[in-house]
Amino acid sequence: MLGFIIQRFIQAVLVMAVMSVIVFFGVYAIGNPIDIVIPPDATQEIRAEAIRRLGLDRPLYEQYYYFITNLLQGDLGRSFVYNMPVLELIGGRLPATLELVLISVISATFLGVSLGIYAGYRPDSWVSKTIMAVSVLGFSVPSFWVGLILILFFAVNLGWLPAGGRGETVEIWGVAWSFPTLNGLSHIVLPAINLALFKLAMMIRLARAGTREIMLTDTIKFARAAGLSESTILRRHLLKLISIPIITVFGLELGSTLAFAVVTETIFSWPGVGKLIIDSIGVLDRPVMVAYLILVAFLFVSINFVIDLLFALIDPRVRQGAVA
Amino acid sequence: MIGKSTPLTRFWAEYRENKIAVLALVVVVLMILLALFAALISPQNPYDLANLSLIDARRPPGFVGSGGYTHVLGTDPQGRDLLSAIFYGLRISIQIGLAAGFVSLTIGTTLGILAAYLGGRIESLIMRLVDLQLSFPAILLALVIVALLGQGKTQLIGALVAAQYAYFARTAYGAAKAERGKDYIEAALAIPLSGRLVVMRHLLPNCTPPLIVVATVQIANSISLEATLSFLGLGLPVTEPSLGMLISNGFPYMMSGRYWISVYPGVALIILIVAINIVGDQVRDQFNPRLRR
Repeated sequence: MLGFIIQRFIQAVLVMAVMSVIVFFGVYAIGNPIDIVIPPDATQEIRAEAIRRLGLDRPLYEQYYYFITNLLQGDLGRSFVYNMPVLELIGGRLPATLELVLISVISATFLGVSLGIYAGYRPDSWVSKTIMAVSVLGFSVPSFWVGLILILFFAVNLGWLPAGGRGETVEIWGVAWSFPTLNGLSHIVLPAINLALFKLAMMIRLARAGTREIMLTDTIKFARAAGLSESTILRRHLLKLISIPIITVFGLELGSTLAFAVVTETIFSWPGVGKLIIDSIGVLDRPVMVAYLILVAFLFVSINFVIDLLFALIDPRVRQGAVA
Repeated sequence: MIGKSTPLTRFWAEYRENKIAVLALVVVVLMILLALFAALISPQNPYDLANLSLIDARRPPGFVGSGGYTHVLGTDPQGRDLLSAIFYGLRISIQIGLAAGFVSLTIGTTLGILAAYLGGRIESLIMRLVDLQLSFPAILLALVIVALLGQGKTQLIGALVAAQYAYFARTAYGAAKAERGKDYIEAALAIPLSGRLVVMRHLLPNCTPPLIVVATVQIANSISLEATLSFLGLGLPVTEPSLGMLISNGFPYMMSGRYWISVYPGVALIILIVAINIVGDQVRDQFNPRLRR
């Protein structure tokens, strides 16, 4: 088991190293950021000074060397545009994204699992068929389009909910959150629905497939034969059995929702990390792009690492296979 | 059924039983035709700047512009007739979806089948890479690559391919791995036929059904992904708007109630994507031996 952990850990580190090289050289190969930082009418001296200050006159591998040494010390560089440490910049935006992602994924899971169990329990009722039809739409309709329609309906036509921004925030332990205030909450609703829709569709499908399969097993037959009521069977046995794949997917989806938040945040001008990265790509703010990509890569590699370990714990075949 | 019964006619006979799938197929064909003949049926060439007039910009559906004809779906902020822009946008979206789909299909299938056929170190190297990539969300990969490569059609297709080939590789690998172990492949190799012949003549044809299914789904995904990237301002140049770009152009005007600029291109996009997905679903069901009667 220890050998397996070490092997997977080395693999994860290797992947991170390769990612850092690809991201760094890729990002630094495009465009000339100096044109953005200094005004076009600047003198030659100011230009040269700025290039030197930002370290852009060094060869690429040298810049990479500095980048990597700084990275290992927890310093991801300074943003060209905001002129502040990138980590601070991203850290300041992270709560907004986390808030949005957690609210969407959690509500999508609860609602999706309930609807999915119903659809799997009574597959032939018209309610179930409607649920499944809606879930198909959730899969195929692009999420940015749904966001637009939500704004058009609830913000422009009905005027019930705000179309963008974060609204009032409350400071808790020095971090601003929107959800405790009514105004902030009203700002979250639309982007959260937008972000949750795809996940909802997925959770419905997952829960439905699991329910249909498990309702046919002997466990359920015996529970029925023992005279348990249907609701006890659903709560006590079915829910427990379908929760394993759902928890796995929940973990995986948390990561990919963070990525998807890029689209939703742009539509609803939600001041999170996703909007920051899109803005940074637009103005070629390289340190921010590099830092974001490295952090996301790190996030995914860590999630995969943990999942690999968990699977190995559950399933001995996995660790046997790795050694052989 | 009277007449010849080839696999294709049998396939079609079964396909025809699902009315919704037939409707979806008709819609897909119709949209492809609209895209192909966009230049003939559009009232205006939306890319010809000499044709556009800013006086006509942002007019509601039904407005009769300076060109003397009715803008059935209104006009966009550049004064383009929206109906024409949608036809041309469809053309770009379908073009990119097909191009990205076919390149990913080729690359992915080659990698997947090679991995399954050769085995050993190459197999684990390729599949490890593919699995790693599949754990990343496609949208993020595409976003990164467009950011790295810059804007343009080729770059966009490159980004879509890089984000999607892995799905084909996984599918091809799965199918080829299962076929590889069967006796007819062993027999063919024992004759001995050359490895290339076995792969091309025997292995590849037997892996096609699942690949066709993935290809339909991925073409729809490419179109959707391209629209998303264009909406985020990372797709194609503004001069030749795809559907996503049209939607993006109209977004700022939505708040002031000029809904048509974003809504109609979006409707076209969704009809296209949903129709392709329904066709793909039906084809998958027909290929699935477990649902066979």
